[in-house]
Amino acid sequence: MSDFEPRIIAFLCHWCTYTGADLAGTTRQQYPPNIRIIHLMCSGAVDSIYILKALIDGADGVLIGGCHPGDCHYQTGNFKARRRVAILKNILDQMGFKEDRIWMRWISASEGKLFADTVTKMVEELKKMGPNPMKQLWNA
Amino acid sequence: MLRVSEGKTEGAMIGFLKSLLEKGVVEAMLIPKALPSQDGFAQTLIRDPEKLNGVCILSPTLPVQSARVASFLSIKNLNRKVAVVLKACEIRAIVELSKFLQVKLDHLCLVGVDCPGTFEVPDYSKMAQEGKGGEHLSREIFRRMENGEVIPPQGYSFRNACQICEYPITKADIHIQLFGYKTDQTIGLEIGEKLEKELEEKGILLDPGGESARRGDVLQKLIAERTKRRDSVFQEFKGMVKDLGSFLDRFSSCIRCHNCMVACPICYCKECVFRTAIFEHDGDQFLRWADRKGGIRMPTDTLIFHLIRMSHMVTSCVGCGLCDSACPSRLPVATLFRSVGDRIQRMFNYVPGRDASETPPVASFREDELKIESGAL
Repeated sequence: MSDFEPRIIAFLCHWCTYTGADLAGTTRQQYPPNIRIIHLMCSGAVDSIYILKALIDGADGVLIGGCHPGDCHYQTGNFKARRRVAILKNILDQMGFKEDRIWMRWISASEGKLFADTVTKMVEELKKMGPNPMKQLWNA
Repeated sequence: MLRVSEGKTEGAMIGFLKSLLEKGVVEAMLIPKALPSQDGFAQTLIRDPEKLNGVCILSPTLPVQSARVASFLSIKNLNRKVAVVLKACEIRAIVELSKFLQVKLDHLCLVGVDCPGTFEVPDYSKMAQEGKGGEHLSREIFRRMENGEVIPPQGYSFRNACQICEYPITKADIHIQLFGYKTDQTIGLEIGEKLEKELEEKGILLDPGGESARRGDVLQKLIAERTKRRDSVFQEFKGMVKDLGSFLDRFSSCIRCHNCMVACPICYCKECVFRTAIFEHDGDQFLRWADRKGGIRMPTDTLIFHLIRMSHMVTSCVGCGLCDSACPSRLPVATLFRSVGDRIQRMFNYVPGRDASETPPVASFREDELKIESGAL
């Protein structure tokens, strides 16, 4: 599996994690290029359908990045997103999909290094897991 | 409590409801009534107290979720008091809908009735043709509710959802109690203090008398039995659906009619994402997927439809089972939702329909829950 390059879809909030990713770039942090970023105004805008559609359509992992608790630009968007992600993960777990392919992380605008480390770690973990079995389902 | 004369249980209940209308406690009443053909029931909105003759308070079918009806009724400009006579799952759905601002409780008076279970609509219609329905059936049900062992007529069974329903009763403004009562003599009535005072002022006199001594035990036994059956159904279902692949196999006959969504009282969105053009991809896109996977099953959205509908509303699923009844392919939709929902509702220590003052899990949060360090959720 050494030549397997996982593909990650990331939903990042405008105020924290997206800006953190920007900082990672401007400060020349190195991280693997396996990530495709989708820019949202708030992690609270992430619906479970985005996550599941990405996984079924062939992503190997989904990263949701939001502000640290208490830092949400819209007060509570990140907390609501956290519940939504927890519910989806619980459903998938009960349907027998137990792999940890949905990561939710709090990364602030000043944590470029943390963003780069998170992506590096996620790519490592996904490489260990191998390709997402969900994309083998005959259901786009 | 209510005293029953000459063994006419239904008559005593109707008499009480009539007095609510006559004395102006409520100005209208939503209540099931038999169809002229006598082989089914429909909800009716009644203004004239005389029209209450012949209503069926314990209607043995559930053709539509009355929570939906209550939603239409109450959401825009309802300024007069309306009583709605409902089963526990319907009241619990109303409570959930009120949390999502789809029902206004201000002018509704919820009248709950102990529910022994309901039959599928076609089953009941057959039953009626065979002469096993109607008054004969209700008399038999009333009689057996005393010890809680309600047995359907031979060759028939209650709806699957009813067989595993652990909420035969629920909180309401007025609760008509049948379990544990000798229903040919007395019926229990539980009324909130404020409302009781109002009834008294308006001259509706109720017989004093406490709850039947047997009621607690009868209910406990019934709920224990249903819970046991529920757990074994969950177990069986989990054995059948081991992973997403086996789930897809089990649900391969899903024709994506979205009936389960239409019948569901909790799915209230005016424009559901599954009814938009989101899944109308370009032909080329389908070919690209087929290319990448070697082939795909068409149409493509079965898995995502059920999982996402579940992630949106399963925390509020009251288990009325109307999705099951609505499914033309007879898929165990309700079992899926109840079995998955059970664990998720527990995760948030949430019982849908328990109390209108609670906030549903998807609309709230606690800061100190579901820890994310830089570790996993």
